[in-house]
Amino acid sequence: MGKRLVIDPITRIEGHLRIEVEVTNGKVSNAWSSSTLFRGIEMMLKGRDPRDAYLFTQRACGVCTYVHGLASVRAVDSAAGIEIPDNARLIRNLLLGAQFLHDHMVHFYHLHALDWVDIISAMKASPQKTAELAAKVSPAPRSGVSDFKMVLARLKKFVDSGQLGIFANGYWGHPAYKLPPEVNLLAVSHYLDALRQQARTARMHAIFGGKNPHIQSLVVGGVTCATDLTPDRIAEFQYLWKETMDFVNRVYIPDVLAIAGFYKDWAKIGGTTNFLVYGDFPDSNKEPESFLFPRGAIFKRNLGKVEAVDTGQIEEHVKHSWYEGDKALHPSRGETKPRYENLDVAERYSWMKAPRYKAEPMEVGPLARVLVAYGKGHAPTRKAVDDLLKQLAVPQEALFSTLGRTAARALETRIIGEAMEGWINSLVENVKKGDTKIYTDYEMPREAMGAGLNDVPRGSLGHWIEIKDGKIENFQLVVPSTWNLGPRCAKDKMSPVEEALVGTPVADPKRPVEILRTVHSFDPCIACGVHVIDPKTNEVYKFKVV
Amino acid sequence: MQNEKDFERRLEQKGVSRRDFMKFCTLLSATMGLSSSFVPRIAEAIASAQRPPVVWLALAECTGCAESVLRTTYPWIDELLLDIISMDYHETIMAPSGEAAEKSLHDTVTKYQGKFICVVDGAIPTADNGVYGMAGGKTFLEIAKEVCPKALATICIGTCSSYGGLPAAAPNPTGAKSVKDAIGINTVNIPGCPPNPINFVGTVVNYLLFGKLPDLDGKGRPLFAYGKTIHDQCQRRSHFEQGEFVTSFESDEAKRGYCLYQMGCKGPETYNNCPTVKFNQGTSWPVQAGHPCIGCSEPDFWDRFSPFYKEL
Repeated sequence: MGKRLVIDPITRIEGHLRIEVEVTNGKVSNAWSSSTLFRGIEMMLKGRDPRDAYLFTQRACGVCTYVHGLASVRAVDSAAGIEIPDNARLIRNLLLGAQFLHDHMVHFYHLHALDWVDIISAMKASPQKTAELAAKVSPAPRSGVSDFKMVLARLKKFVDSGQLGIFANGYWGHPAYKLPPEVNLLAVSHYLDALRQQARTARMHAIFGGKNPHIQSLVVGGVTCATDLTPDRIAEFQYLWKETMDFVNRVYIPDVLAIAGFYKDWAKIGGTTNFLVYGDFPDSNKEPESFLFPRGAIFKRNLGKVEAVDTGQIEEHVKHSWYEGDKALHPSRGETKPRYENLDVAERYSWMKAPRYKAEPMEVGPLARVLVAYGKGHAPTRKAVDDLLKQLAVPQEALFSTLGRTAARALETRIIGEAMEGWINSLVENVKKGDTKIYTDYEMPREAMGAGLNDVPRGSLGHWIEIKDGKIENFQLVVPSTWNLGPRCAKDKMSPVEEALVGTPVADPKRPVEILRTVHSFDPCIACGVHVIDPKTNEVYKFKVV
Repeated sequence: MQNEKDFERRLEQKGVSRRDFMKFCTLLSATMGLSSSFVPRIAEAIASAQRPPVVWLALAECTGCAESVLRTTYPWIDELLLDIISMDYHETIMAPSGEAAEKSLHDTVTKYQGKFICVVDGAIPTADNGVYGMAGGKTFLEIAKEVCPKALATICIGTCSSYGGLPAAAPNPTGAKSVKDAIGINTVNIPGCPPNPINFVGTVVNYLLFGKLPDLDGKGRPLFAYGKTIHDQCQRRSHFEQGEFVTSFESDEAKRGYCLYQMGCKGPETYNNCPTVKFNQGTSWPVQAGHPCIGCSEPDFWDRFSPFYKEL
């Protein structure tokens, strides 16, 4: 029996997460993931106007903003049988693409990097040597000796103030940090650059969405930004896209590769077994056939056999969640009766349910998307992956790891970014020939069912709606982080993050930086994962507090 | 005392006199509902650290408000974090997790008791003793009760902490309340879903640069940002006056940028500065993007203003 270790709160994520592990002989031997916030968004939707759903659900998460809004309008579009105009599809794709660029960049630098980068070690770096290193890693702006001198001076002033702010009590000096001081300084410098770049990248959302976070230009039937289809607005979007891609290509991807080179042991840690992708970025109204990222499922790491997805085989389990009973049900028939007693990892330990596909836990997200696209022979993905493996000199199995997950996120950022150029050009062509249609009128059905299946930065996202008397009768969300970070299922099978944590080394239980590496590689986003409704009674169940 | 002297010197360098500073402290104490005997203590509080310590509590929220603050460009977020304030606890961006993170919170609350600024995003679930939201084994209700009263001031960012917001939308499954209603303290409110970071950073930075807290309206909102309705500042106002309305998102009227009143715009009843400052470096705002205002900075807007596409 190993030693139990609880990390609560897990920081540098969205939402509230608690991780408990058992450590035996310096390695994680068992793990439990608990979500500790419950808001009940689905309950609020019952009886409301279906057109309003996206405004509510978008507030499921402010980090992966937009994506729940998109899933909801797609669900209502599908219930009402609407085919949106080409320009609406392009603008929705561009907004989703912009979200990927922004989200993945912020995840790497501001949520994940401090697991690998020792900010205090950076202070020992030589600006001269850092500039030489930077020139080797990638030709990027702000990489001269004087630039790194300025960053160092700023850091020194900050540390000398004695007020370390967000960096106080970090795990600095931990033996698991392997980067030389110069690589640390380069990364810290880019951490600061990325803080400004992300604010500029987010402006892409404001152009066609009014603002970011939480854009406000989606509607059932299309989009509303009728006065923004002008040359100056499209050019502004294109400029920001170019600037962001420059950062992705010259800074983000080279940094991931440079840092990965020092952490190759993490290509053997943190892997999972099965992968699921709904797919996204439609190139026409044919879904899923025209998706940039194809739909598919992979079992037992078999890249040679990507299976078609039957969404009827999705079930949500509650045996280890704070809900009554232990029935596993399809989300469209979701029956959910919350009951909190206490947190007991042997029994019930999370507000999240445990989604399973064909009764198996499935990892969703960047790694799943890259693996499915690779397995299906998607040329840009195959090239990106093969180049990565060659550059790091690691075998294909290395993809199934913490490092593989983090690298896949960077690779798909470039693939999506490059695809955005085509959507911008198509939009220009349409506007040029006088097609400015962005919305289709429709009649809201009295009774209908609909589903909106997306693939968003953290993975496969599904919204299901039932309309009755023209109002929302039932609304269900099954979100990426529930797939990745939920608890065990009825058969006691671990969720992907729980499986991934087993085998993770823990040198110092007081400073578990290694655990954060694997947890953060999933980019947890928890607030959206917890939701509940009883569509029949709409009753708030009483909780027994022990 | 030495700290206070240093602080005054720094203020003077920025053109703020001791008299201005004490006036600000008096105003602050009045805003916070404290007696005048607190004024010297507030002065000492603000002066005691080089950069004012800030603790950010994320409760029943979506992190949209934290993301919004990351988008600040006057000053940029790196300047805010490294040069202006000391963000001692912020779960979304802080380096440590678990016990080490809790230590950061504990250290600041203890060392700077009565001197740190507490920022809250998210509502507080109060039903069933608050079990619907927990961090570090404590309920959000317990955490807020423990931390907020020890702060110099509590700033609620976003509609959730200001007024209950989304978690409090009917049927309010978790008994979510604003900070003020849940724990009974006065707060400065920066509502919006999420608010424009200019309004939050403006409040904090004004407070540091000019030595005064902005005047607030009856709902705790700074008047500089929330003093006028959207409708009164809207670029489409002339269309309203001329009776030129959008009646479908597909129409020529929509392409001409006519008034969205008949599409359900809540601008006439919403107090905010979106039309003048706009979002993301002045790029746009919802009405400019052709979508009606949903009134997201008003108390209870999720229920009071919905269905959102229905005319007021």
